[in-house]
Amino acid sequence: MKEITKEVYLNWYEEMSFWRKFEDKLAQVYIQQKVRGFLHLYNGQEAILAGALHAMDLTKDKMITAYRNHVQPIGMGEDPKRVMAELYGKKTGTSMGLGGSMHIFSKEHRFYGGHGIVGGQIPLGAGLAFGDKYFKRDAVTLTFFGDGAARQGSLHETFNMAMNWKLPVVFCVENNGYAMGTSVKRTANHEDIWKLGLGYEMPCGPVDAMNPVAVAEAFDEAIARARRGDGPTFLELKTYRYRGHSMSDAQKYRTKDEVAEYQKIDPITQVKDILLEKKFATEEELKEIDKRVKKRVAECEKFADESDFPDKEIMYDVVYEQEDYPFLAHKPE
Amino acid sequence: MKTIQFREAVCEAMSEEMRRDEAIYLMGEEVAEYNGAYKASKGMLDEFGADRVIDTPISELGFAGIAIGSAMNGNRPIVEYMTFNFSLVGIDQIINNAAKIRQMSGGQFNCPIVFRGPTASAGQLGATHSQAFESWFANTPGLKVIVPSNPADAKGLLKSAIRDDDPVIFMESEQMYGDKGEVPEGEYLIPIGVADIKREGTDVTIVSFGKIIKEAYTAADELEKEGISCEIIDLRTVRPLDIDAVIASVKKTNRLIILEEAWPFGNVSTEITYQVQEKAFDYLDAPIVKINTADTPAPYSPVLLKEWIPNSNDVVKAVKKVLYR
Ligand SMILES: Cc1ncc(C[n+]2csc(CCOP(=O)(O)OP(=O)(O)O)c2C)c(N)n1
Ligand SMILES: [Mg+2]
Repeated sequence: MKEITKEVYLNWYEEMSFWRKFEDKLAQVYIQQKVRGFLHLYNGQEAILAGALHAMDLTKDKMITAYRNHVQPIGMGEDPKRVMAELYGKKTGTSMGLGGSMHIFSKEHRFYGGHGIVGGQIPLGAGLAFGDKYFKRDAVTLTFFGDGAARQGSLHETFNMAMNWKLPVVFCVENNGYAMGTSVKRTANHEDIWKLGLGYEMPCGPVDAMNPVAVAEAFDEAIARARRGDGPTFLELKTYRYRGHSMSDAQKYRTKDEVAEYQKIDPITQVKDILLEKKFATEEELKEIDKRVKKRVAECEKFADESDFPDKEIMYDVVYEQEDYPFLAHKPE
Repeated sequence: MKTIQFREAVCEAMSEEMRRDEAIYLMGEEVAEYNGAYKASKGMLDEFGADRVIDTPISELGFAGIAIGSAMNGNRPIVEYMTFNFSLVGIDQIINNAAKIRQMSGGQFNCPIVFRGPTASAGQLGATHSQAFESWFANTPGLKVIVPSNPADAKGLLKSAIRDDDPVIFMESEQMYGDKGEVPEGEYLIPIGVADIKREGTDVTIVSFGKIIKEAYTAADELEKEGISCEIIDLRTVRPLDIDAVIASVKKTNRLIILEEAWPFGNVSTEITYQVQEKAFDYLDAPIVKINTADTPAPYSPVLLKEWIPNSNDVVKAVKKVLYR
């Protein structure tokens, strides 16, 4: 694995802080009604993205996930301003305002969405890997989904084929304890989701996903296996979401104490402690980073605020490749 | 009469029926401990217990099939889809099993089951979460499709749906659950397949159903100020279609507008248009106008969504068009 150097820790600290604050900003502008619809935030789960990015080859590997998807494309290289603009429904957004919160895409940076139907992206991720294998591209696809999605039939059908065809894919369940208000405990007769891999003889196991180092190590091994041609791995990333499922969630299914327990092992704090302990950075230097993060987030907000809404024609222009598709009229002129 | 919310009407209908008949249970994502994603089953777990108000994992195909299987074996399930967008994961079970078991078994089995949940758009939720599949289900022989627009209709029709011995698709709206309306005290049923004239009028007939009908009310209020009288028919049931109610109104007004929140190609409006020209061609003084959502997936951006979804202005325009004003 690439060494986890001082620079890596510093980068993790800055990027994870940025993702956290980016999401906090979205929550804030949501209340101001600048962002509407559903809004699923990633707070608490950042170590997964940080660790995965460290293990990936960002010149060719791919990523796909569900609707909790604002910061992953940023991690892959997309301009966060464009992600924020998408949530504002502006024409400078990643999908020109057509996709919205749950549907962020960045073809340029090999981020394949942003999917709103639970479990729908699991076969797609295997399909991306199928294409890479077919064209001998030597690339690996990281396919993320939630603990709730692990109960969809799509997972089982896909696991079977991906294993049978040795597709270069890593299946990653982000077990944050809950699917909306339903705890993992209540969805199955077992709690170790990683064991679903056993029936397919797919290499699988649990990962402490509050710790980016543990995540990076697990991904390094899984990605290497896929790249060697030995097929998929199934990782259960044990994590936690701090905020509600979306913006209207009274969270009666858990206690404040439970949230506080996880905040004690917060991934950003863990990295911060290492930076200070190893004397990789001083408190002052970290404060400088915090300031920079704040500024970067403010720039995103400003960009999104000042961007224009899309023109009406775009609604039709993006549906088909065919340029003169004869759409039906839907209301009187 | 008493005034309750739409979600309470749904809850009362389910609860009253479950008290009557032990074979009925409610199953779906977040229906029990969370009291329903939109609180339409509030308190039901407490009253009926976990054997009859059942939380499922996110496994729409599996629990649809399990419910259908149990319906073939004495149960009368109510299956909640968090929204009908997600029913697509389980639609194979609905179309290939629920709708066909009776016919394929030569009448040996029937399938008394209700699939219910919100349909159509609910604000800026984007393409996968804003779809209206009324016409998909209504296209399928073996199913019945109900889409109420107010609490009183919802309660009376849901009770009929639960008592019905065939599979029923019952479609609500996230944006209606908070709507308040008067509901009769005590028990009542509304028959499936009977439209309701929500407003009497003389100049033009507007046919609609579900939450979008509210745009027709707003338009009618505005048009009344200009001396134009609209008759508004709420289909309430889409399959079977109460075409007689539509024809009777068209014979009176000679002009027809259909307002439906759905994509324009081959939707419920298309079917009504065909049947009206077949049965009342000579009564029409203007071509029928249908108002639908744009012929595209739903956009997220507020400016685009506004263009995509029909509104009362579109209805006003359509009315003036058929009146040649
Ligand atoms: C097929 C389908 N069913 C239901 C939903 C509604 N829904 C959205 S998110 C969600 C919970 C998913 O939980 P999980 O997979 O654990 O992901 P998390 O939200 O925790 O990231 C549900 C039920 C949906 N979007 N798609
Ligand atoms: Mg989860």
